[in-house]
Amino acid sequence: MNGEAMPVIVNGRPVALTSPPGRRLSEVLREELGLRGTKVGCDAGDCGACTVLIDGAPVCACLTPAIRAAGRKVETVEGLSAETLSPLQQSFLRHGAAQCGICTPGMLMAATALLAKNQTPSRPEVEEALAGVLCRCTGYQKIVTAVCEASAKTPPPAKPKTGDAVGARLERLDGEPKVSGTEVFGADFWPDGALLVRAIRSPHHSAAFEFGDIDAWRRAHPGIEAVFTARDIPGRNCFGVVPPFADQPALADGNARFRGEAVALVAGETDAVAALDLTMFPVDWSPATGVMDPASATTERHLVHGERPGNILVEGRVATGEADKALADSVHLAERTVETGYVEHCYIEPEAGAAWMEGDTLVIQACTQAPIMDRDDTASVLGLDKENVRIIPAAAGGGFGSKIDVSLQPLIGLVTLKTGRPCRMVYSRNESLLSTTKRHPAKMTGRIGADAEGRVTGMIFEGDFNTGAYASWGPTVAGRVPVHASGPYRTPNYRASARAVHTNGPIAGAFRGFGVPQAAILQETLYDELADRCGLDRLEFRRRNALRDGDISVCGQTLDSVGIAECLDALEPFWREALSGARAFNDRSDTVKRGVGIASCWYGCGNTGLPNPSTIRLGITVDGRFKLHQGATDIGQGSNTVIAQICADALGAPVEQFELIGPDTALTPDCGKTSASRQTFVTGKAAERAGHSLRRTILRLSNMEAGAEIRLVEGRLSVSDADATREIELDRLETDKRGYVLSAEETYDPPTTALDEKGQGTPYAVYGYGAQLAEIEVDTKLGTVRVVRMTAAHDVGRAINPLLVEGQVEGGVAQGLGMALMEEYIPGKTENLHDYLIPSIGDMPEIQTIIVEKADPEGPMGARGLGEHVLIPTAPAILNAIRHATGARIDRLPALPHRVLAAMKKTEAR
Amino acid sequence: MGFFRPNTLSEATVWLAENRASVVAGCTDVFPATEGPSLRGSYLDVTAIEELRGIGQSAEHWRIGAAATWTDIVRADLPSAFDGLKSAARQVGSVQIQNAGTIAGNLVNASPAADGAPCLLTLDASVELASKAGIRTLPIGDFLLGPGETALEEDEIVSAVRVPKASGRGRSTFLKLGARKYLVISISMVAARIVEDAGVITDAAIAVGACSAVATRLEVVENSLIGKPAGDDPAAYVDDDMVTRYLSPIDDARSDAGYRNVASVELVRRAIRALTEAGRS
Repeated sequence: MNGEAMPVIVNGRPVALTSPPGRRLSEVLREELGLRGTKVGCDAGDCGACTVLIDGAPVCACLTPAIRAAGRKVETVEGLSAETLSPLQQSFLRHGAAQCGICTPGMLMAATALLAKNQTPSRPEVEEALAGVLCRCTGYQKIVTAVCEASAKTPPPAKPKTGDAVGARLERLDGEPKVSGTEVFGADFWPDGALLVRAIRSPHHSAAFEFGDIDAWRRAHPGIEAVFTARDIPGRNCFGVVPPFADQPALADGNARFRGEAVALVAGETDAVAALDLTMFPVDWSPATGVMDPASATTERHLVHGERPGNILVEGRVATGEADKALADSVHLAERTVETGYVEHCYIEPEAGAAWMEGDTLVIQACTQAPIMDRDDTASVLGLDKENVRIIPAAAGGGFGSKIDVSLQPLIGLVTLKTGRPCRMVYSRNESLLSTTKRHPAKMTGRIGADAEGRVTGMIFEGDFNTGAYASWGPTVAGRVPVHASGPYRTPNYRASARAVHTNGPIAGAFRGFGVPQAAILQETLYDELADRCGLDRLEFRRRNALRDGDISVCGQTLDSVGIAECLDALEPFWREALSGARAFNDRSDTVKRGVGIASCWYGCGNTGLPNPSTIRLGITVDGRFKLHQGATDIGQGSNTVIAQICADALGAPVEQFELIGPDTALTPDCGKTSASRQTFVTGKAAERAGHSLRRTILRLSNMEAGAEIRLVEGRLSVSDADATREIELDRLETDKRGYVLSAEETYDPPTTALDEKGQGTPYAVYGYGAQLAEIEVDTKLGTVRVVRMTAAHDVGRAINPLLVEGQVEGGVAQGLGMALMEEYIPGKTENLHDYLIPSIGDMPEIQTIIVEKADPEGPMGARGLGEHVLIPTAPAILNAIRHATGARIDRLPALPHRVLAAMKKTEAR
Repeated sequence: MGFFRPNTLSEATVWLAENRASVVAGCTDVFPATEGPSLRGSYLDVTAIEELRGIGQSAEHWRIGAAATWTDIVRADLPSAFDGLKSAARQVGSVQIQNAGTIAGNLVNASPAADGAPCLLTLDASVELASKAGIRTLPIGDFLLGPGETALEEDEIVSAVRVPKASGRGRSTFLKLGARKYLVISISMVAARIVEDAGVITDAAIAVGACSAVATRLEVVENSLIGKPAGDDPAAYVDDDMVTRYLSPIDDARSDAGYRNVASVELVRRAIRALTEAGRS
């Protein structure tokens, strides 16, 4: 049967496949037929992103040999819409069911199979039908709603009036490609003739290595164009997100420091390179013992980096008052140690991208959260001027912090630079898991004291954070943790230190919260114990200690517009109800016990005491179009929509008239990285300023008053108020070198100060606050935990887009739930998505979001950041609920069933 | 190298007598073990063989064709003794996996955590092994030898799973314990089938998976149940030792061995309760 064309009906059209019979159908669709709406997340049937229908039944295309499609009907996301989006696709847009969009085609296909049989499914029926597709962004709630409501065909909400875009539940402005399957992610574009690139990676945690006869190996494998090693790197083979600590080679040079580190690249014709068995590559490894345990790393003779004694990368400290004395004088004291493991970001899109030359410029289109940093690091590694590297962020299929670091950018850049040919690279899931950053494992000890009235008197925090083989964001985590470890509470006497410690483990970097979620687990579980000792209700204890306007933080910063008490107040009725509900439930249930937990968060938006400006440009073309140069990468969180909403209202023009440009380092000014919950705040503020600036110009030109409305009418600029309408004739204005007749460019950099040696200063200009309530059930014989409901109150200052706010909350809760109950990356053991578990659709509870809006005086239109805050309280709230249900104190995360049962036993023994 | 997809069993066995190949159906295990865009090596695909697809019965046994998918099992008209197997079928991977994967492949793959194995053990199932020389049958317990190891010869194809009519009696259940709800590999799992006559247990079959190299029948537990009144909470007679003595669980990323023992005992009791009066009331 080999070699014969196989007839298949694809989306209603007959085609003859020429792929080999054993080729994955996902490959056939994407490579042979160009149907790249079908996404590949794992090549193992674990994520379901590649779900297509064969004769109406959903299957994973990655597990389906081409021959299995022969003579059958195959339906893909491209077949769902014709002229217009299908009702299901529209429902996904309407309900905010697509964030990054990488799982969306798989979700849509699974839902299509369900809706063909059942047009009005219940939520449990939808969950059952979609259970084979993983989503890392949404927490699944809006996806289920979108499927349930697909046949309702709810009309789209009315377009917001001019000036009312902020606050509207606007559908994502970049949503349509995500639901139609046309979005271009990292793996979805490559120039014709692009070479395929694969990396040789270390199978050892620590090993010296020498290459054998590479030329002979190459000659034995036709189709290989080139092999590159560290010797071929023309620039500085060392990069890092925090320049003073840069230590990571693009290709290791003789010494691999972690399992999965790239040591060589192979580039060549697609089929030839794809078929290579890379374990046969000529490299001799001399494995060393290395150091894996951060507890022993500080006294270990083996140094991961010779110049860093004790394997300590850096230590961050914050101290105020007299912590030891305050604790000694406390009436009540609580103390404990908590350990957390590596947590994987687990975006459904493995890293991917393409590179090509445009004249002297190296162009890289790849998934990223930080285009300018990618440009600078890639240029440095390749010995190019920054101006000669252009980064075009592909749509990112999730990021959550890991895609701030460069991954394949210098690698594909090297291949294109050296060969002059375009190339592409797509990480396998295993490669992505092995080689990219994780959340820092932490071992933290804390002591908190309170007086007789239940007021916190002081706190001491010490934490070691395993930063793995290279620095990445280790310095940032070590800096951020001591600033935040007090939680959003008055802590007059305080000493906190966090060390980033090297091991030969996976690199730990940025992951939603930069170490703060780990610290919050310790502090918030200690608060529950202290509340008990003080004889106070746990919510009341928190409210009594909550920071208020005018209070001074542990860094000595006087805070205003502090929303934590408002969040706790908003939760109080739910808290009371949940507690009485749990009591009633437990009275009649023996084996299953219900528990209720609460936890808070605060989080400073933007870099810690360092500049992090954003610049936004807004222009009007001579043919009458608003162009918004929006350089903040939207990794699903919604900056494309939110920044446009802010800018539209600042300009006083309709948001639907905005055209978005970028991000693209050749076209958009620097909006910094998408991290630290800074885009809505920092880039939003730049967008507000740019909108205001252009508005002032237009009002001056048209001689209109402050309240006028600006709009484009058939290519003309119209300015009107209650009394008059005036038009500006755009073709009589001069066009600048960027092609604009009118434009504005504004920059905003948050007013912060560097912290002194005691961590005192103004680390952030804006903070966000939140509190979450977890209701859970523990099976006391099996130790299994089911989260029944989460209620989340977050002070966002001003909800620019409530639909997107809810999406962030629900997604953050899902990741917090995973961290609490199931997620731990263990090198060598959980290097795929059936051993590394993230929450599936059936693990998510009902989530209620309460939006608190206490306007921030600094943020744009009062807004604060949100993306990271939402994950922080979830895990401690769940752990506090487990303790409430069973008395069990979980000292080692995740709270897998065996650990819960063991912790319960320990409690009984006490 | 290649992909042979015959239409009849005799074509398949004749070819396999002369060629070395992996026999595949759903491919849900071979693709995850493959890096790259295509299966490498030589494969015999049995899914086009019509005689392997059906689920039916003869006078002596129920017969599940080797190419029958989990979805086929869920949809098949089978007596309530197969409810546990159907429940397992609905919990294998996801709907996508169930639409492709087969019970025969689950057995041949021989993972200690194979969802189908404990259910088939409680049904006293055998595998039908076809080769050019003819057909032989082996009880599941003799077929599964260890992790990834079976009694399948290189020239043999699993052609069906057979369940004796006598074992297709009673009611059955399947309990799977994992760290998440869907798409999960078991920490432990228990299959149970209980036959009652006039309120008294006349036959019982209990098996535990994911807690030993291959799934294990618990004959001591079974014997302790026979003759007991079903309404008298027979699970109360199950001592921990009657379960754990026959298990040899390991520590891994999902759990530790001690927990697997504790959980298995609890699941055994729950399965018995679910099938007797205590569970029904």
